[in-house]
This record gives sequence, C-alpha cells and structure tokens, in this order.
Amino acid sequence: MNRPLRLFIDIGSWLITVAITLIGLAALTFFIGRVLPIDPVLSIVGEKATPEVYQKVYLELGLDKPLWAQFWDYLNKLLRGDFGTSFSTSRPVLTDLLNFFPATLELSTIGLIIGVVLGVPMGVASAYWHEKWPDHLLRVIGLVGYSVPVFWLGLVGLFVFYYLLGWVSGPGQLDVFFVGVVDRVTGSILIDSALAGEWEIFGNAISHMILPAMLLGYYSLAYISRMTRSVMLDQLSREYVLTARLKGASEFRAVAGHALRNAAIPLVTVIALSYGGLLEGSVLIETIFSWPGIGNYIYSSLFAADMNAVLGGTLLVGVVFILLNMLSDVLYRALDPRSREFAK
Amino acid sequence: MSVTPDLVDDPKRAVRAARWAEFKVFTRRFMRNPLGVLGLVIVVLLLLCAAFAPLLATHDPYLPSLADRLAPPSATYWLGADELGRDIYSRIVYGSQLTLLIVALVIVTSAPIGLIIGAVSGTVGGWVDVIFMRITDVFLAIPKLLLALAFVAALGPGITNAALAITLTAWPPYARLARAEALVVRNSDYVNAVRLAGASEFRIIVFHVIPMCLSSVIVRMTFDMAGIILTAAGLGFIGLGAQPPLPEWGAMISTGRKFIFDQWWVATVPGIAIFTVSLGFNLLGDAMRDLLDPHLRQRK
Repeated sequence: MNRPLRLFIDIGSWLITVAITLIGLAALTFFIGRVLPIDPVLSIVGEKATPEVYQKVYLELGLDKPLWAQFWDYLNKLLRGDFGTSFSTSRPVLTDLLNFFPATLELSTIGLIIGVVLGVPMGVASAYWHEKWPDHLLRVIGLVGYSVPVFWLGLVGLFVFYYLLGWVSGPGQLDVFFVGVVDRVTGSILIDSALAGEWEIFGNAISHMILPAMLLGYYSLAYISRMTRSVMLDQLSREYVLTARLKGASEFRAVAGHALRNAAIPLVTVIALSYGGLLEGSVLIETIFSWPGIGNYIYSSLFAADMNAVLGGTLLVGVVFILLNMLSDVLYRALDPRSREFAK
Repeated sequence: MSVTPDLVDDPKRAVRAARWAEFKVFTRRFMRNPLGVLGLVIVVLLLLCAAFAPLLATHDPYLPSLADRLAPPSATYWLGADELGRDIYSRIVYGSQLTLLIVALVIVTSAPIGLIIGAVSGTVGGWVDVIFMRITDVFLAIPKLLLALAFVAALGPGITNAALAITLTAWPPYARLARAEALVVRNSDYVNAVRLAGASEFRIIVFHVIPMCLSSVIVRMTFDMAGIILTAAGLGFIGLGAQPPLPEWGAMISTGRKFIFDQWWVATVPGIAIFTVSLGFNLLGDAMRDLLDPHLRQRK
C-alpha cells in the first residue's frame, strides 16, 4: 500500500476510535444523569409540584420518547455546546466551565512541570544505581506518593507551610485585595498579571500556587519516576549502551545521550497520561486550596445538587483526558520510527 | 522409581507434598523481602484491628461528650477528641471495619466482573471481543474519581453506593489482564485437547482459562486495594461516602478540616491511618508481584 493512503487510513481509524470513546463518555454521563435518578422530573420540580407542572417538565425533558431518541437529543445538544443550565449559578454550564478551566489547567500544568523535572532524573538515577541506596530511597519516595491521600497532604501542607512556618500564602488564587485587579485575558493568573506588568500580583500568585502545584507535582512524580525507572532499566541493559561505553563514551553520555534518548519515546506516553491524572487529582486539591477551578466548581455543585454542572464538569475533564490519551498514542507513533515501519 | 513409590501410588499425597514444598519456597522468598513483610504486617494488623475493634477501643465511637470537645491527645483520649468530643482513637479502630468493608465490596464485585468479561472476550474472540474491549476502553479512558463522583452524586451518598461507583471504575484493568492471558491460553495444546474431547466453550472458560488468569489478577488486586482505599477516602472526604456518624477515615478528615490550624490532630490522625494502610497494601502488592508475576519470575 502506498504511504499517503496508509496514513489516511491510520488517521481515519484513529478518528473513529476517538469518536467512539467520546460517544461512550457521553453515554455514561447520559446514563448517570437521566437513567439513574429514580425520577429526573421530581429532582427538578420538587415534591410539591402540581401534576400539570410535572407533566410539562416531563415532556420538556423528552421522557416520553424512547431511550435512544433521548440519547440522540442529548448528543445533539452536547455538540451544540449546550450542557444545560447550572441551577446554582443560573448560567449555562459551558460558560461556567470555560470560566473555571484555565485555573485548573494552569495549576496542573505547573504541577506536571514539577513532576517531570524532578521525576525523570529520579527515575534515571534509580535505574542507574539499581538495587543500591539511591534506588531504595527513591522507591520509598515514590511509594509514599502512591499511598498518601492527596487531600490530606494538602491539609497538612497548609498547616505546616502556611500556618506554622508562614512560607507560602493560604488558600485561594490571590490575596483578597488583589482579586479582580488584573484584567482577565487568558484566564491564567500568572500570564495575565505578567501581561499587565503587575509583578507584585505575579509574586503573590506564585506564593499561592507553589504549595498546591508542588503537591500535584509530587503526586505525578511518583508515577513518572517509577515508569522512567522501568524503561531505563530496560534500555541500560541493551547492547547499544555497552557499545557506546566500549567506544569510550563517558558514563553521562552513555546514560543521558544514548539510553535516555531511547527511553524518551515511551516516556512521552507516560507524561501525557499523568497529565490526565493531574487534571483529576486537581479536583481534590482544589477543594482544599479553594482554587477557583473545575474541581472546586464540581465540588460546590455537588452540594447544591446541581447535576448539570457536575456532569458538565465530568464531561469536560473526561474529554480532555481522552484527548490526552489519544494524543500520547499519536505522539508515540510519530516519534518511534519502528512503530511506523511495522504498522500493519 | 524405587525412591518414590508411595508418591506414585498415592497421587493425592504427591500433589499435596508438591504444594507444600512450593509454599515453603514461596514463604522463604517472601521473607527475604523486608518491605513486603512490613506490608503484610500492616495488613494483618488492620485485619486484627477490625476483628477486635470492641476490645481495642477505649470509648464508644459514637457517644458524644461535649465537655471534651476537641480535647488534645491525653491519657484519656489517646489521639484527642473530635468536634463532638468522641474519642478519635476509638473511631479510627472502628473505622478500619468500614475501610475493609468497602475494599471487600469493591474487590468481590469488580474482580469477577472483569475476569469473566476478559476471559470470555479473549476465548470467544470475534465480535464479542471487539464489543467488550471497546466498552472496556471507554471505561479506562474516563477519569476514575470523577466517574465515581458523578455516579454517587446521582445515586445518593452512602457506603454501598460508593463501593458500587468504585466497582464501576475498577473492573476494566481486570478485563484487560484476563483477556491477555486468555488469548495465550486459548490456543495452547491442552485447551485444544480439551476442546477435541468435546468440552464446551463455557467449560473451557470456567475450568481452564480463568484459573490461568488468577495469579496476575491476585497481584493486581493487592495493588488495587491501596487505590480503592484512597478513592473511598476521597469520596468520604467530599461527603459522598459513609455518612455521619459513621467513623469513616476520609469523612473524619473532612470534619477535622475546619480545625486544622488550631486542633490539628482531628484531621491529621485519620490521614495517617489511611496512609499507613494504603502503604501496607502497596508494599504487599510489590512483593506479591515480584513473587507471582510469571514474567518477572523467569528473569531472576
């Protein structure tokens, strides 16, 4: 088969996979939102509604139609960007989500950067000194990261670094008197304040962000360093590393220049996956730090029994998560020449 | 031949002796891994703690005593008292029962579901395989905690619903595992022999494929328990897990959150309990994987 055609088929089948997964996600939220509650009408009109009102809402929700038709309507609405209206803020859910998403994205991106910058060297060191003390030490650090409840670590972090030591600022994105000073351009407080030249606010934002970002970073570090370790262990035992050493390459060059370069390809997948994990982890972290992001939005909507907002948030994070997964798949193929050569 | 005549005469005893020898080797290799032993000790302590909670607890975990509200750790209240003056130590001891209950509920539902779906999918193949694996992929592609959260939000909070929601997110990895094993086993000679002898697909799946998947599923289960504990605690913390006055650890952190600066023990102590238990399962899982995983076993 010639190349362009094969590429076309590859991209086509990839798009179909993405589409099926997204429809599956929509089916799940549809199921949770419409099918699970005993009576979706009652949850809107309340117990004391007259039969007329009940009937009206019943028809408005389209509950008289068969289930597949309801799902079809639901999909159409989603594609038009209609996630319903939030009961608590009485704004369209999509507007709310777009409002809160940049803060989450900013926090988890910085968390990811911390996780990669620390996690990859840790994993490499762990593999290089396999079964020596650095390996054991780093393994314990990773295991603790796997085992500790992230929301508890957030609370303890606040207690120690904010209350006892006073090194960082407390919950929230900015000190109260800075809120609303900077015009919202991108939604990311660091970029916005830098654009406006408000360096005082920039510094304040950093001192608020550093603790939650470090915690998220630690959370992803556990995963990234573990995966780096196992990939590097595999690479370091290969013959090309031995060859490089025999030809007189320095240890640093053999490890960083040869082995790590080959390990980088699977690591891209790992990093993309942990980015998705961070978006999810930020739900709990945000509630601890009153961070004005999606996680906090979902959390407060839960208590207002605002299912549209909860499901909308779930959908948005789910879509980003799925796209990241799929992106990592594509990156893997694009970076690794072997997976191109031998693709069926 | 003359050395082991009794074994050949008595095959049942031979099997038992072989199993016993294998078990001894297994134990010896396990004991060589200090971290694994530590994990096992933690898990056993958790089990004992749950079993003998009424004996270990010093107070009634539900009985409020407003005079001792938020009392600091002392001789009467070993780990302090919470916002209603209930003894935190006793609540943690009783909380171990809830933690184990949730873990058990999730494991006994998700592992068999995943195992059956994976084994059927891998053995039967064809359209069944395609459809089952698509569904599995969809579930794998969705953030777990969020899915569980939305699910409990719709069903209403509570332990059973939380466990159900975690099950919903926990079965796909088992299906993947079981399918991978089944694909290998399906075409092996002994399965073909059984098939030729006239065994039904059902019989092959139940008696020949599923037993082969068990070892990797058990390893996965041990690891998963740590994750389940953390997710359950997260749901409890958000307020969707066990409801008050139940002494669930995550919910205890959530109530202690208000007093974190002045009465730090209310929130930190349950967190240490969650951390210890989940670390125990992780350590045990690590050790089990080194011992049971056939791929790793061959390398050493």
